[in-house]
Amino acid sequence: MSTHTLSVLVENKPGVLARVAALFSRRGFNIDSLAVGETEHPGVSRITIVVDVEAGSLEQVTKQLNKLIHVLKIVELEAGSSVQRELLLVKVRADAATRGQVIAAAELFKARSVDVTPDTVTFEVTGNSDKIEAFLEVLEPFGIKELVQSGTVALGRGAKSMASLSRYVSPNS
Amino acid sequence: MSTPVKAPKPGPQAAKAQPARPKAPKPAPPIGASGAAPVLTGAQAVVRALEELEVEAVFGIPGGAILPAYDPLLDSEKVRHVLVRHEQGAGHAAQGYAQATGRVGVCMATSGPGATNLVTPLADAHMDSVPIVAITGQVASSAIGTDAFQEADICGITMPITKHSYLITDAEDIPRVMAEAFYVAASGRPGPVLVDIPKDILNAQAPFVWPPKMDLPGYRPTTQPHGKQIREAAALIAEAKKPVLYVGGGVVKSGAHAELLALAELTGAPVVTTLMARGAFPDSHPQHLGMPGMHGTVPAVHALQKSDLLVALGARFDDRVTGKLASFAPEAKIVHVDIDPAEIGKNREADVPIVGDCKAAISAMIEAYEDGGKERLKTWWETLDDLRGRYPLGYTDIDDGLLTPQWVIQRLGELAPEDTIWTAGVGQHQMWASQFIKYETPGTFINSGGLGTMGYAVPAAMGAKLGEMDRTVWAVDGDGCFQMTNQELATCAIEGIPIKVAVINNGNLGMVRQWQTLFYDKRYSQTNLSTHHSEASPRIPDFVKLAEALGCVGLRAETVDEVDDIIKQANAINDRPVVVDFTVGPDAMVWPMVPAGVSNDEILYARDVRPNFDDEGEI
Repeated sequence: MSTHTLSVLVENKPGVLARVAALFSRRGFNIDSLAVGETEHPGVSRITIVVDVEAGSLEQVTKQLNKLIHVLKIVELEAGSSVQRELLLVKVRADAATRGQVIAAAELFKARSVDVTPDTVTFEVTGNSDKIEAFLEVLEPFGIKELVQSGTVALGRGAKSMASLSRYVSPNS
Repeated sequence: MSTPVKAPKPGPQAAKAQPARPKAPKPAPPIGASGAAPVLTGAQAVVRALEELEVEAVFGIPGGAILPAYDPLLDSEKVRHVLVRHEQGAGHAAQGYAQATGRVGVCMATSGPGATNLVTPLADAHMDSVPIVAITGQVASSAIGTDAFQEADICGITMPITKHSYLITDAEDIPRVMAEAFYVAASGRPGPVLVDIPKDILNAQAPFVWPPKMDLPGYRPTTQPHGKQIREAAALIAEAKKPVLYVGGGVVKSGAHAELLALAELTGAPVVTTLMARGAFPDSHPQHLGMPGMHGTVPAVHALQKSDLLVALGARFDDRVTGKLASFAPEAKIVHVDIDPAEIGKNREADVPIVGDCKAAISAMIEAYEDGGKERLKTWWETLDDLRGRYPLGYTDIDDGLLTPQWVIQRLGELAPEDTIWTAGVGQHQMWASQFIKYETPGTFINSGGLGTMGYAVPAAMGAKLGEMDRTVWAVDGDGCFQMTNQELATCAIEGIPIKVAVINNGNLGMVRQWQTLFYDKRYSQTNLSTHHSEASPRIPDFVKLAEALGCVGLRAETVDEVDDIIKQANAINDRPVVVDFTVGPDAMVWPMVPAGVSNDEILYARDVRPNFDDEGEI
């Protein structure tokens, strides 16, 4: 098993996310993370799915995904040739005694503090999952009160775009 | 872009002067092309779209949410509505119609329970790639999500078992969605499409623009095969010493039977036809080894097992064909032709994957094939012919004073009029119908292969008969299956759809009982249906009386002497449906058999009889 990042262009139609997500579960694949949002074309959304499967199964799931009528295009984004980012919001225990240390640690990770109370600081940080994990390890000793993470979003490196989207965008959308 | 799938009529059919169904009307001039589009209600738009799509019949039942659509349906001169007795019957009838005619079958139901009763036919059509469109009413848009009366999220429920589905939110979309639904159902790998329409949308008004512009940017089925792969495949076939053409339902759906015959004769390769492909290659052809799989013939199963090249044509390496996958055809290279890319490599890695329509792919292979001489196949055919000689399909009579089911089915086949269409339920009778009736043309054996839906035979026969009114349609059914859907005989009687039903009545859920005999120490748990007469109980139900109550002719055959006469009587009745109760013995079993989960090498010719493959490993 290994982790793969799939970028899936879909028509922005009701139920499309349910179709994609349900396909993974009924074919027995687990989604590690999923992020969805509109693209530069209003009729098209981009779903980034991180899935933990063997290569053979990945091919099968890609083919099954392609069969969904609303799916326009799928590419696998390799870690080396793409930029992959997650967003983390984390609330850490930090009183007058520890606040300085906590903020110093955060600076190493280029995390921004977005909310402060007498007992806590909330940070915002982006990065790939390794960086996020490392950051959390550093914060752990101070006491993490709560955290939330987004799914991975990813773009291929270089000048090329995933597809000439106009090909897929219908005139009336 | 492919054209919607239309299975060409089998040879003898085409010669007939009168087509089976009324000539489809010419499409009306495009509305909206010149002048303003007429404003119709959503309900009128649905019916108008059905007319434009040349739908001749809709099977369905009205109810609250779909009610508006039934009003304009009353006035339609082009679309006939067949009022079924249960929505499952509507769905299977649409499937039977589609499989017999090659056109899209249509069923209609109301929201909630009406729609959920269509779940089984939709799943069945999805498994067997049958093009049907199901139109369901939905509660009003404003009530969706409120657990309103007769509300069910049918799009959500059927998502995994439909090729695509629509919940219409604007009456203006109806023409486009209807056109897309029919196109998606019939093109590429065919399948079921659901169109769910809230009641307020059926009542809303919108301009009806026809032909509408389809909007399917993500749907581009590949039909033309890749030239390089075709040449590779042709070269492999020319070299192979032990090739087999492994033919699946895709050949029937793409109407590629003529091309298949040409390829088989050109290459000299043996042919096996799966349950979904019976009739795609003539049973009488000397190169035909029969059906492969769990209840396949010994030569067909052995040919696949020992082959050095399987050419899979529109087949999907189903577990009922392969047995234990890891030990299936271990020496064979695989050429896999399928219109669905996801089938290729799903169960068995393909050495030469070919995505495309079978008809196009087989034609291309024929063109690319350079014959290396048939001499290389000599040893292969000697082996297979030897097996054919030693292990033909057969059965032994069981001395229980009751009819032998295999023999009854064989006689049905032998006495049936030419071009008879057969349907079957699921179980022993289905396997025997596949084994002991001879199929010469595609589309003549209609059954539930993938899902294995008991009760398929009667409603599917109804749909097939409606589509092919001048052909005889026999449903071979079991007493278990028959009790699941026989209410559609009332529909047949009232609507003038004179099907014939042979109930192979062994008083039991026969296939389950067979497994209990073989694998559960003859502990017959819950398999006796008491449809035989005994001291302890009368026949419940009495199928003859039941048939009569449903407006059919009811006949019964209990002795060998009666069988032929009764079959002839049944064949002569064409003004109403007829049901024949054949009282057969409960102990007959389906052979050959590969027990579940083991290698196909473990095939048993009969109980405790393993074929003697005396040349194993030599050729």
